[in-house]
Amino acid sequence: MTWLLVAVGAAVGAPLRYLTDRAVQVRHDSVFPWGTFVVNAVASLVLGLLTGALVSSGTYALLGTGLCGALSTYSTFSYETLRLAERGWKFLAVANALASLLVGLGAVFLGMDLAEGLLR
Amino acid sequence: MSARAPEPIDPDVDLHVPADRAETAGHAKWHVLGAVSAGGALGGLARYGASVLWPGSVWTTFGVNVVGCALIGVLMVLLSEHGRGHPLVRPFLGVGVLGGFTTFSTYVADVARLLEEREAVTAMAYAAGTFAGALGAVWAAAVVTRAVVARAGAAAR
Repeated sequence: MTWLLVAVGAAVGAPLRYLTDRAVQVRHDSVFPWGTFVVNAVASLVLGLLTGALVSSGTYALLGTGLCGALSTYSTFSYETLRLAERGWKFLAVANALASLLVGLGAVFLGMDLAEGLLR
Repeated sequence: MSARAPEPIDPDVDLHVPADRAETAGHAKWHVLGAVSAGGALGGLARYGASVLWPGSVWTTFGVNVVGCALIGVLMVLLSEHGRGHPLVRPFLGVGVLGGFTTFSTYVADVARLLEEREAVTAMAYAAGTFAGALGAVWAAAVVTRAVVARAGAAAR
């Protein structure tokens, strides 16, 4: 059952990342990979909420492991960072790496605090 | 050898690349979204499978992310050097399977948990180690794949 929940969550999360990436690029033409930045931050926030809310293992498999896991991506993030550096945008590459980590961490903590605050 | 397009910055979808931009036009949209979705499910299952085989360790997520990064390096070089192949290859393998396999959210949640447990040194080592390992993997994979493709091209001439 857990396998099915993970598969369903990931089957929704991956196209959601693709569509978000497109939507961000249509509105915001930039070399900086804002699309991936946004999905990684949002997925981190949702994962923080799920962690703070102490959801059941089934809900976590569907929304945490499946949805957030496929909505966020490390392969695209690292490939984009490499391409920025290779094309000479070294500052943007470093900024992408640091900002993704710091914003992701902040989003996890914010999500956990929000969930704990709402449930108390 | 055909004139090759510059490798895109964003391997998921880069609207500067005309073929990527056209992907959601008309009925093709459902094929692309279906391929991304199916690939994402497979990638997510593979990641979950790894966590069942090697449970309870941040090193499982580390391994998944580094392996996924090496594979996207290989894939993107092959796609840009050899033409784009079938239009659903990148959506299925790159966006879906590898995007679904690797995860940023679990990585930062692991770092957050280590920080909460006052394991600041381990948290920093894991955060920096994953980034260095992933970037090293995607770089090395791209360099090796480019070299292999160039040698194969030279041998064919």
